Amino acid sequence: MSDMLHQIEPVIPALRRYARALVRNHAAADDLVQDCLERAVSHWNQRRDTGSPRPWLFAILHNLAVNQFRRASTRGQHISIDDAGEHEVGESAVQEQKLIYQDVLGKLAKLPDEQRAVLLLIAVEDLSYAEAARVLDIPIGTVMSRLSRARERLQQELERPAGSQGRNVVQLRSNS
Amino acid sequence: MSIRPISEDDLHAYVDRALEPERQAEVAAYLESHPDVAKRVAAFADQRGWLRSALGPIAEEPLPPQLNLSRIIESRRRRPSSARWAIAVMLMLAIGGIGGWTMRGATQAPASGLAALAQEASDSYQVYASDRTRPVELRDSTELVSWVSSRLRQPVKLPDLSKSGYRFMGGRVVPTAHGPAAMFMYDDDHGERLVVLTRPMTSDQNAPMAPHAGGNIAGFSWADGGMGYSLVGPGAAEQLRPLANEVRKQARSI
Repeated sequence: MSDMLHQIEPVIPALRRYARALVRNHAAADDLVQDCLERAVSHWNQRRDTGSPRPWLFAILHNLAVNQFRRASTRGQHISIDDAGEHEVGESAVQEQKLIYQDVLGKLAKLPDEQRAVLLLIAVEDLSYAEAARVLDIPIGTVMSRLSRARERLQQELERPAGSQGRNVVQLRSNS
Repeated sequence: MSIRPISEDDLHAYVDRALEPERQAEVAAYLESHPDVAKRVAAFADQRGWLRSALGPIAEEPLPPQLNLSRIIESRRRRPSSARWAIAVMLMLAIGGIGGWTMRGATQAPASGLAALAQEASDSYQVYASDRTRPVELRDSTELVSWVSSRLRQPVKLPDLSKSGYRFMGGRVVPTAHGPAAMFMYDDDHGERLVVLTRPMTSDQNAPMAPHAGGNIAGFSWADGGMGYSLVGPGAAEQLRPLANEVRKQARSI
């Protein structure tokens, strides 16, 4: 039991970070992580791989998040999304950097869910390509192609002139 | 020494520092001689750096109480696990099943005979007579008689209670543990409803008329030549006796 505690506990901050970057709502993200931890505790002895619990925990969390997206889209409901970047960026960041970070996170949010997930797991959570493939239950080749598309697309967004993006935002708001 | 061609995957692995040191050096050498590719790779590396810096602080935030793992483990220990719940529920169902079976004589519908018929008639009354929307399935008497006769595989005669002040409303086939039964419904000027239920009997094929009562309804049941009849209505059984006699008289004249 204490082994479980010592193996899971260090991963919780990273799970939280992944959840928040994925669902972009502070409270909903922590609820997902809580749900994930409860499942992890109750299924601890049923995990197939007794190596690092990191990919296993991310897989539980990811599946919970995907189910939530699916439920939300079939019901036509939306989880309210915190303003891009504002909550995610730590207070310690210097003002100028903070603007860059908010911009990056706002544009990350525009990626399709599956591309965002791959990029986060690899570039932020330091999962290997093989581990990411297991978490997402896809072949490693698909991980690579999604990663490539995610980076290209994020780059396009980042290089887009600010003016056209501004109009885009106004348009979206007036539609909602 | 010839170098393996650099792939797109190598470029991403270079950004993610996932290459063997030797390969990492090869990619670095390639990038030096290919500034356009190097620019893209540098942009990807910037993305990575920004994402890590922007999201990093989340992992440093103090954990809220809901994510305290010791508490989650503790609360699971205090609360029976879902598996234990499942076992408990199954045990309770099993006990209920055994209890229900052994107690069936005391509390549940009798398995057969006139008493079973009386219970079925009472149940039908409770369900259908209280239905204000669709108490009967068919109102046309000819169609109904033909339907129930074919389902019961017996010629069924529709009792006429108009001389006693009850109009025929209609009827339907109802399910019983002993197969389909025909239900006829009647009402009087006050809107009081009666139900007559009839079906073939497996036991008690000939049984004298017996009253029964339960709750605020009562009735009479009997069997003649293999067919069982039960008349159920509101109030006391004795008030229904003339009606039951009338139904029996008409049925015998088939």
